[in-house]
Amino acid sequence: MKEKLQKIREKAIAEIESSQGMERLNEVRSAILGKKGELTAVLKGMKDVAPEDRPKVGQWVNEAREAIENRLAEKMKKLEAEALRRKYESEKIDVTMPAKLHAAGKLHPVTQVRNQLVDIFGSMGFDVYEGTEIETDFYNFTALNIPRDHPARDMQDTFYLSPEFLLRTQTSAGQIHVMEEKKPPIKIISPGKVFRSDDDATHSPMFCQMEGLVVDKGITLCDLKGILDVFVQKIFGENTTTRLRPSYFPFTEPSVEVDVSCFQCGGKGCKLCKGTGWIEVLGAGVVNTKVLRDCGIDTDVYSGFAFGIGMDRIAMLKYGINNIKLLFESDLRVLDQIDD
Amino acid sequence: MLVPLSWLKEYVEIDVSPKELEEKLFSCGFEVEELYELGKDIDGVVVGAVTSCEPIPETHLSLCQVDAGSHGSFQVCCGADNVRAGQKFPLALVGAHVYATAKDHVTVEGIMQIKKGKLRGYESVGMLCSGTELGLTEDLYPGAGYNGLLVLPEDAEAGADVKPILGLDDWMFDISVTANRPDCQSIYGIAREVAAVLGKEIKAPALDYTETDVKKEGFTVTVEAQDLCPRYIGHYVYDVKIEPSPAWMRRRLALVGIGAISNIVDITNYILKELGQPMHAFDYNYIGGNRINVRRAKDGEKIVTLDEKEFTLNSSNLVICDGAKPVALAGIMGGLNSEIIDTTTEVLFESAKFAHDNIRKTSRALGQSSDASALYVKGVCEYTTVMAMKRALHLIEELGCGKVSSTHAEVSTGNSVEPRPLAVSVKKVNGVLGIEVSDADILRILKALNFAPVLKGDELTLQIPAYREDMESYPDVAEEVIRMYGYEHVKGTFMPTAEVTAGGLNLRQRTELKLKRALCAAGACEGMHYSFFSPSDLNLLRLPQDAPERNAIELLNPINVDLSLMRTTLAPQMLHAIARNQKRGILEGRIFELGNRFIPKSLPLTEYPDERETLCVGVFGKEESFFTLKGFAQTVAKTLGLTFSYEAGTRSFLHPYQTAEIICEGENVGYLGTLAYEIADEMDMRVPAYLLEIDLKKLSKWYGKPQVFVPLPKFAEEKRDFAFVADKSITCAQIETAIRESCSYVTDIHLFDVYEGAQLGADKKSMAFSVVFTPKDEEFTAEMVEGYVKKILKHLERDPGVTLRA
Repeated sequence: MKEKLQKIREKAIAEIESSQGMERLNEVRSAILGKKGELTAVLKGMKDVAPEDRPKVGQWVNEAREAIENRLAEKMKKLEAEALRRKYESEKIDVTMPAKLHAAGKLHPVTQVRNQLVDIFGSMGFDVYEGTEIETDFYNFTALNIPRDHPARDMQDTFYLSPEFLLRTQTSAGQIHVMEEKKPPIKIISPGKVFRSDDDATHSPMFCQMEGLVVDKGITLCDLKGILDVFVQKIFGENTTTRLRPSYFPFTEPSVEVDVSCFQCGGKGCKLCKGTGWIEVLGAGVVNTKVLRDCGIDTDVYSGFAFGIGMDRIAMLKYGINNIKLLFESDLRVLDQIDD
Repeated sequence: MLVPLSWLKEYVEIDVSPKELEEKLFSCGFEVEELYELGKDIDGVVVGAVTSCEPIPETHLSLCQVDAGSHGSFQVCCGADNVRAGQKFPLALVGAHVYATAKDHVTVEGIMQIKKGKLRGYESVGMLCSGTELGLTEDLYPGAGYNGLLVLPEDAEAGADVKPILGLDDWMFDISVTANRPDCQSIYGIAREVAAVLGKEIKAPALDYTETDVKKEGFTVTVEAQDLCPRYIGHYVYDVKIEPSPAWMRRRLALVGIGAISNIVDITNYILKELGQPMHAFDYNYIGGNRINVRRAKDGEKIVTLDEKEFTLNSSNLVICDGAKPVALAGIMGGLNSEIIDTTTEVLFESAKFAHDNIRKTSRALGQSSDASALYVKGVCEYTTVMAMKRALHLIEELGCGKVSSTHAEVSTGNSVEPRPLAVSVKKVNGVLGIEVSDADILRILKALNFAPVLKGDELTLQIPAYREDMESYPDVAEEVIRMYGYEHVKGTFMPTAEVTAGGLNLRQRTELKLKRALCAAGACEGMHYSFFSPSDLNLLRLPQDAPERNAIELLNPINVDLSLMRTTLAPQMLHAIARNQKRGILEGRIFELGNRFIPKSLPLTEYPDERETLCVGVFGKEESFFTLKGFAQTVAKTLGLTFSYEAGTRSFLHPYQTAEIICEGENVGYLGTLAYEIADEMDMRVPAYLLEIDLKKLSKWYGKPQVFVPLPKFAEEKRDFAFVADKSITCAQIETAIRESCSYVTDIHLFDVYEGAQLGADKKSMAFSVVFTPKDEEFTAEMVEGYVKKILKHLERDPGVTLRA
């Protein structure tokens, strides 16, 4: 009996060793350990073994079974490892091939600038008021102290829709609506599209502005500078400084142009700032008392400042976009670049 | 505006460099757009004394020995016909820069550098120059117009730089003047500012003259249109002798770009530049009826102006007439019929103020303008009108070109030209600025500006000169103080007296930004297009004549017809964007735009139109489809927490069988579809395009849906897959609706396969759905789910009539 079991064991191990795949290994397993397997047959034949020999034979059978099973498990592990290795090998790739992307799109560069401005001014307590693109002559001009014969009202600059209605030429138009609707304290920014009858290499008939307006007690020119300093530092970098210089806008008095120190050269003078160290970014001033009074605001108590920023100009400066027309053409090679 | 430094110095002492003056002007509100030395292109040219001059045989050349003082002595070959020994000429040394001229020796063709040369075998070291080669004209320097060498004064020192001798060391300031300062549209006006900013005295131009007893008897001036001409001054001058004006005057006019004509005309132009007052001179011989009348033109009246152009006028144009006819187009140009000519002996000078808006309108309407009209448009003040006439009469005497009569006619509406008082509070002035400027500084500044300030306690009383029409109240005074005090004194503060406010975006603004970000996440880039489009865009979309989109607001003065209508749909510009991208070789992409459509409530406009925020999405490319576009509609719905449903629809510009209406809570909110092939062809598109438009204004009422957490199901969900056989006409939505209707436990239905094949029959299709059942209060048993399935199948068999595939 012992020899028989030894034979079964040796044969089984030989077959296990020579098995080339999982399938064959399973065949081997059932041929020996299965219901009709050789070793199982020995167990089934136990009844023919003398009772006193049975424990011994049982032990031999179990030893043989254990050995075979161990060998099987070992072989299986080997085969699995081999199969995994082959699978890996078969999936070898050229990692230098191009990436596959489902890239997210990007917000328009002007929207990105607008969002930054909204964040900056919103955190300083400014509401966002969007006026209408179509305005009346009164709100766009008269109420802003631009009298009827002012050159800015000329048909050459303004798109008219009727004698009364026009396309707003400045987001300042919204100021008056706000001052009529709200009493001080007023802190708003008003971003939006504006229109002027200019169409050449550096002008687009539509562009984007953002007006800012504060009306409250004791507001001064120094407050304007303080707020604008924060704005330019957030937009152009911490080391940016502003320079005010006298200018003229009918709805502010005094009026200033605001230059920022060139963020490219730090003020040393470069191509961007045309060697001056300064870049003109916006117009501003203390709100004309006439404008306030016409809106029913008591100028003995309240004063204010206003500023107007070209959002497309900021975007062009900040991102180096060299032609304003590119902003309105939806060329995907342009739209897909800036993600600020 | 061009301002020569030498002219400025006539009225104010300038002891700073041109660069420093530029900075001073800049700081007080006058930007110098360009600053350059008149002789900026010339260097290395010195006085050369020709010591010997021998003709070179068989040529027109002369061989000269030229003494250039400390620079040495040079042999120069010269071809000019006026080269002489014993005379002095500009000598360009080797290495010098002068203007290069064409063969005619007159046309400047650039700048050249002088090199050693050899002519006909003779060495030539340097070049003797003409006026043209130094950038000079006869008006800029007498003798410079000669087509030969420029002769220098005998007392010029050999070897000295020629620039100071020729005035080439003068500096030119091109200054931009803001619209509120018409009083600075002149050399003298700028001089006043320079004096104030440098703290120097201003020296007024001489205005004195002597009237003779001679009178033009019966001469009258009437102003019928006083609303358009608040002041008109006429003065008669006789014994006029027309000659060229003196060199100093011709030079100054030339520096600011005006050609000299004759003494009388030059005086008017000189005053225009000096004081900013346009003047006119009539040949009195041609003034009929011994009178001037300022009136509106009669309809159809004609005038020929000095430049020989004829204009037909109407009653909105102002004319200066004699007894019978117009002799000048007021404020714009004189008439040819009364022009100053060589034989003129009697002159009527005009100095007047005309209403600037009228001059502007006439100038634009007639397309006729001049230096004079440009000044009137900016605004001329009567103070200067009065001053200018005095100045003209002074110059008549100074130039000795005529005699000043005592016939002076002045008609005005009575506006004062004297200073007017203005009282302001110093506290308020400083209150505008936010800094404390000391009383002493305030007084110093305002005195320098000729405001004669007097301070009593807090009250500051000023005498505002009549030419400062812009000065009205304390903010104006604040501006004057700070621009002279220096804006660098303004220190940033953070609204210490203001109330705290919250700020930030409102619900609509926040929602729109959220929507934009979701669309970006779905792979679309944001575009921005003009708010106006072309009438041809409406035709491109094949919109029927009665389509609401054709009811668009027209611009009265568009740049061109392609930008002449306010857009009523965002579709055409998106299509153009897609076509443009394809033309540039970009054959796939996703673009969205969020912008306004403009819907008039009436035409022509009598009230604000409806500006409707609208979303447009355009996708294009071989991998895109109706359903990738539909994904964007679903993105919108999901972002806003809404449910959209879709029904087959039609649009004139979309595929007849691939177009859907977008419905939200029973309301049509937009459309989507495949671009019609004939339009894609017309636009030369190479890949298919898909288009969606959603009216955000309609959706805005659902903005801000409360964000409420739905707990996860307590019990296990069950999922079942079904394959149905249905008529081809049956839609996915019909089956989905039927399933939902038949069982309230259904929480998700997903179509995962559609199949058509011969074994199903020609008019049939198979549709495979997976359906999720979610238990509510108790765990499902197998029997329960079986029951739901049975109910669903029964419903489907009845309506819309589909069966389980065998």
